[in-house]
Amino acid sequence: MASKLTTSNRAGWAFAFPGFGLLAMFIVVPFFFAFYLSLTNQRLISPNPTEFVGLDNYRSLLSISVLSIEPEVDDAGAVVRNEDGNPKYPRVRTFTRNNPEYPQYAGMREWFRWHSGDTAKVVVATDVVFWKSLRNTLMFVLVVAPVQGAIALGLALLINQRLRAINIYRAIYFMPVVVSIVVVSLLWRFLYAEEGLLNSILGALSFGMFEGRDWLGDPDTALGAIKAMSIWQAVGFHMVIWLSGLQTISPTLYEASSIEGASKWQTFRYVTWPGLRNTAVLVLIVITMQAFALFAQIDVMTNGGPLDSTTTVVFQAVERGYGKQDISGGSAISVVLFLIVLTISLIQRYLTREK
Amino acid sequence: MATVKLRDLRKSYGDVEVIKGVDIDIADGEFVVFVGPSGCGKSTLLRMIAGLEDITDGTLEIDGQRVNDLEPSKRGIAMVFQSYAIFPHMTVRENVAFGLTINKASKAEKEEKVAEAARILQMEHLLDRRPSELSGGQRQRVAIGRAIVRDPKVFLFDEPLSNLDAALRMDMRMEIGKLHQDLDASMIYVTHDQVEAMTLADKIVVLKDGKVMQIGAPMELYHEPANLFVAGFLGAPSMNFLDVTVHAVNDTTVTISSDSLDQIDVPHKGRSFTVGQAATLGVRPQYLHPAADEVGRLHGKVILTERLGSETVIDIGLADGSKVIAALAEDSIQIAGTDVNLDFDPNQAHIFPETR
Ligand SMILES: Nc1ncnc2c1ncn2[C@@H]1O[C@H](COP(=O)(O)OP(=O)(O)O)[C@@H](O)[C@H]1O
Ligand SMILES: [Mg+2]
Repeated sequence: MASKLTTSNRAGWAFAFPGFGLLAMFIVVPFFFAFYLSLTNQRLISPNPTEFVGLDNYRSLLSISVLSIEPEVDDAGAVVRNEDGNPKYPRVRTFTRNNPEYPQYAGMREWFRWHSGDTAKVVVATDVVFWKSLRNTLMFVLVVAPVQGAIALGLALLINQRLRAINIYRAIYFMPVVVSIVVVSLLWRFLYAEEGLLNSILGALSFGMFEGRDWLGDPDTALGAIKAMSIWQAVGFHMVIWLSGLQTISPTLYEASSIEGASKWQTFRYVTWPGLRNTAVLVLIVITMQAFALFAQIDVMTNGGPLDSTTTVVFQAVERGYGKQDISGGSAISVVLFLIVLTISLIQRYLTREK
Repeated sequence: MATVKLRDLRKSYGDVEVIKGVDIDIADGEFVVFVGPSGCGKSTLLRMIAGLEDITDGTLEIDGQRVNDLEPSKRGIAMVFQSYAIFPHMTVRENVAFGLTINKASKAEKEEKVAEAARILQMEHLLDRRPSELSGGQRQRVAIGRAIVRDPKVFLFDEPLSNLDAALRMDMRMEIGKLHQDLDASMIYVTHDQVEAMTLADKIVVLKDGKVMQIGAPMELYHEPANLFVAGFLGAPSMNFLDVTVHAVNDTTVTISSDSLDQIDVPHKGRSFTVGQAATLGVRPQYLHPAADEVGRLHGKVILTERLGSETVIDIGLADGSKVIAALAEDSIQIAGTDVNLDFDPNQAHIFPETR
């Protein structure tokens, strides 16, 4: 029945308004606002009027270059070496501080370096912390996306069987998902502590050979520890998505392949995996997005440390904006992150498109 | 090719027995159709033969070997499903060659066998398409192609034509019949459609509630149904049944009558009756016709005439409120409400001791 309500355009808009309104208020408007702020020098609280600064924020965020430094030579032209026989280099700050010969490096600091022959190649950036956060985030995504996706698929395959009490297993795997990430992070901070559960278990398993370490306090292990915890926490969520994908595959396809004598692996390869194509795209994109947004774990567990080894892009955006009250700098980071995520999801969609 | 032997085969789901002791012998190269109403256990029985369902009790032999506990792939069978069960992401060629891929056959062997199957099914032009680009009939052809490539001892079909429209169903039915002639393999075919059963089968197995009602050649079942169920299940339109009373039991016949049926002697074909008992008389619509002498044996009023061109189907209401159908071979008009007197050849009538 076409009543006035169902045919009226105005009614349609009225129904859509709450949803549109909320989306606009909390996603669309803030996005454009952030873009606007990133072009200014706005601070959280400041007596000075806001000025439009163009792309300055982006320039200081993104400028990076490679500085080639020749070793110091003595009067005879020979390379000066220290006791270990390594060449001695002039300090980086001689190039980046008040050196009119190298205006392009002004204000930059060293990120890392490598050697080619005796020449040192030093990567310098204006905002080294941002680059570290970008590297950490990418490392996190590169490990977490495939590993979490694969473990979730494995669990889904295990759980997609007709077993007694299978729902208990499903509930167990799903439980960490419903617990707040903040609570999970706090608990894992205790697990990872020097006197924590993980060290005790490893110590017991190795009959005391393992000495125990401060997992979150060591730059070599901190990010890895956070990766492991993050994978554990959200794997149940992706398991459920895989599971729903598995259940869309017709059981007769499995029967047909069992009549043909397909092994377990062949069945997976020819029936299950092709049937999970669309699910795989979804899981991959969702995990990637979530991984790029890594924040709560860092905020609770390490605050980006030690030595910036766990700082991430979102953490930096928040840290800049609210910690350092540099709202425009934080906004610029947000916009850069948006562009990165957009690019990656477009690439993923292109690579996984229906041929 | 192979023989298949079912001995007291049983299947239970929990406490519910759905196959209740089935004995069937299938000869080499025979086309056997399992037919019965929906839910009678046809699919379950076929899937037990395929190995997709466990056998609760009894023995299943293929080629004289007990195969109860053999994997489906080791039984030498191929199965065609109602829902086609072809792989959506593979081309027709890959689908047909699936079994060969699984068994790591050489490329040359694949080529050859796929080409052979495609030739038999006349689908050479479809080989590079994907299932989404095929009609229902073509998809089922692909599924049959995959079965052929397996070169099985026994082909199993589970309602392969049920998802097709009527016209296509007839074409495919003929093709499957032809396929049987060409391949000369044993085939077991499940359907609820008695027309498919009658046209395709060398031997029909009529099932009801997990039990065999009758086994025999189509015409044998049609002309000599062993019980009321088989009599009513096979033939279209289905057989007329009349409630009658037995008045006398003779050497080869019984004398019966009812309110609307004059006394008549019908051959009892060895079934035993007692005088006075209630029985059921069955007469196929094709054998009922208006009496030539205007007297007839069966009296009623015309309710409705359906003229189909090739035949005329008349609904007739009897005095006791029941209804019979007469199918006349010629086109004729019967005016609703007029009295008719019908006649039939007693030798074409069936008398059953059961009542409905
Ligand atoms: N997995 C199962 N669990 C319990 N009962 C089942 C199962 N599969 C089939 N049945 C029952 O077995 C009977 C026969 O089913 P089926 O063989 O599919 O019938 P048909 O193919 O003749 O229509 C039905 O009553 C059905 O409800
Ligand atoms: Mg069925």
